[in-house]
Amino acid sequence: MSNPVMSVTLAGMELKNPVVVASGTFGFGREYGQFYDLSQLGGICVKGLTAQRREGNPPPRIAETPMGILNSVGLQNPGVDAFLATELPFLRQYDVKVIANISGNTPEEYGEMCEKLSAAGVDMIEVNISCPNVKAGGLAYGTRPELAAEVTRMAKTHAGKVPVMVKLSPNVTDITQIAQAVADAGADALSLINTLRGMRIDVNTRRPILKMNTGGMSGPAVLPVAVRMVWEVANAVSLPILGMGGVSDGDSAAQMMLAGATAVAVGTACFADPYAPIKVRDGLRDIAANQGLDRVAQLTGGVRPW
Amino acid sequence: MKLETQCKVLEMTQLSSGGWSMTIESRGIAQQISAPDQFLHIKCGHSHLLRRPISICNWSAQRDLIRLVFEVRGEGTQWLARRSVGDCLDVLGPLGNGFSMDAEKRYLLVGGGIGVPPMLGCAVHGSGHCTAVLGFRSARNTMLLEEFGQACPGGVRLATDDGSLGHHGFVDALVRQELEAHSGDYDGVLACGPKPMLKSVAAVCAQLDTSCQVSMEERMGCGVGACLVCACKNTQGHYVHVCKDGPVFPAQEVDWNE
Repeated sequence: MSNPVMSVTLAGMELKNPVVVASGTFGFGREYGQFYDLSQLGGICVKGLTAQRREGNPPPRIAETPMGILNSVGLQNPGVDAFLATELPFLRQYDVKVIANISGNTPEEYGEMCEKLSAAGVDMIEVNISCPNVKAGGLAYGTRPELAAEVTRMAKTHAGKVPVMVKLSPNVTDITQIAQAVADAGADALSLINTLRGMRIDVNTRRPILKMNTGGMSGPAVLPVAVRMVWEVANAVSLPILGMGGVSDGDSAAQMMLAGATAVAVGTACFADPYAPIKVRDGLRDIAANQGLDRVAQLTGGVRPW
Repeated sequence: MKLETQCKVLEMTQLSSGGWSMTIESRGIAQQISAPDQFLHIKCGHSHLLRRPISICNWSAQRDLIRLVFEVRGEGTQWLARRSVGDCLDVLGPLGNGFSMDAEKRYLLVGGGIGVPPMLGCAVHGSGHCTAVLGFRSARNTMLLEEFGQACPGGVRLATDDGSLGHHGFVDALVRQELEAHSGDYDGVLACGPKPMLKSVAAVCAQLDTSCQVSMEERMGCGVGACLVCACKNTQGHYVHVCKDGPVFPAQEVDWNE
């Protein structure tokens, strides 16, 4: 058994280990910070930020599905200014990379938020062009290559030296088309997948469980879809990938890396087990050690397709 | 401090109401309980991703015990009901903010259906000067009456939807009677139950100028305030979250029309 080096580099940003927590599942870290030292994580993708405070959608906002959940939170957040004033200083107490996730209604809003976040010195900006739970912007930008490229260019123009990672939607016919468009527009990294649109109905009331009728599906059930998409995108573009979608243990994280991800994000798994990101990190280390690897990064892209 | 730990089931009894009483070894969680009506978030088997929030009925920090009383509502609670003495549960808790109580003050405790169990914790731990108003669908659904009788020196008044026991109707009528007959006796009303019940109790308290705290329910995810799904609208138009900001809120801060 080796003792593999766990650090990885994602678009120039060094993570002490490849485990990040996914946006929207970890708040701004305060809640899970009561369970363990956040410095144990590679990075934190904070709750999706918008230019103004957003209240989100009416409840119910969650429905359980076989090995997964549907959510329709709708980007409830205090707004980028409140994040900078109160949440970022809190996160800066920890030795962990802070990735600011942003959603805009217009390309200009993305630009304005990038400017503020870059000035404040976040470690990376994750541009969300794929939220299925908001009407304006959101998913629309993520399903049309020319719009995705426009938002990416706008973000890059205003993000200064801060690397820009674009979060892709799985709700498209060919995810590599969007990935290519975003890569051509200058993105530094890609994160995928966002949630899959889904629906669950109560057969007795004939009402959808979610008040918004549909929502985004996540959890272990989506892992195979996510691994397939990471693999396709890794083969299509040369950008580093933050792989997410159903990662809940060392095995699922290793699959994601073998498919081509440089690092992984743990999301829904935190709801079942607050310690899931730590367990994913330890599980990844064990897998790399068992395989005699010097560095966990050697897993990336290591799949041997038939 | 919140803990995630493995708790052994020490007692498991089906009540005559059909609900279940479960006592677990709390592994230090009981010591962390700060108020009645905090809850535990329990993993209910491997086929369910989400934990199930179960409110704490009673506890002993000294003996390191927590008692839960719950009804089977779905697959998660069905799994929980099949546990036996000696089984271990993956428990997260104590979570949420319970009822704010002062040991010297007098309270009217109002429970409806499965909202009844946490009110016992209020009577046992919150204040020794409580009166209870409990509502059930029918006489056969009543539970914990003996315990409430012992813990509430002010007595226990009952209402049933079908009139098979006590007042025929809803608890809000009894709350009104009690507050009108003993005006000034009560420092506050504490209520847990279905939202329509809470809404009508809150309306009675507002009319009679009595302070009221309510325990809200909403479909929950993480249970700690990170996922933001268990949203509840307040009178300022903001969505607050039942798991972290609640489950107990001052009744006048809840937007009852939402």
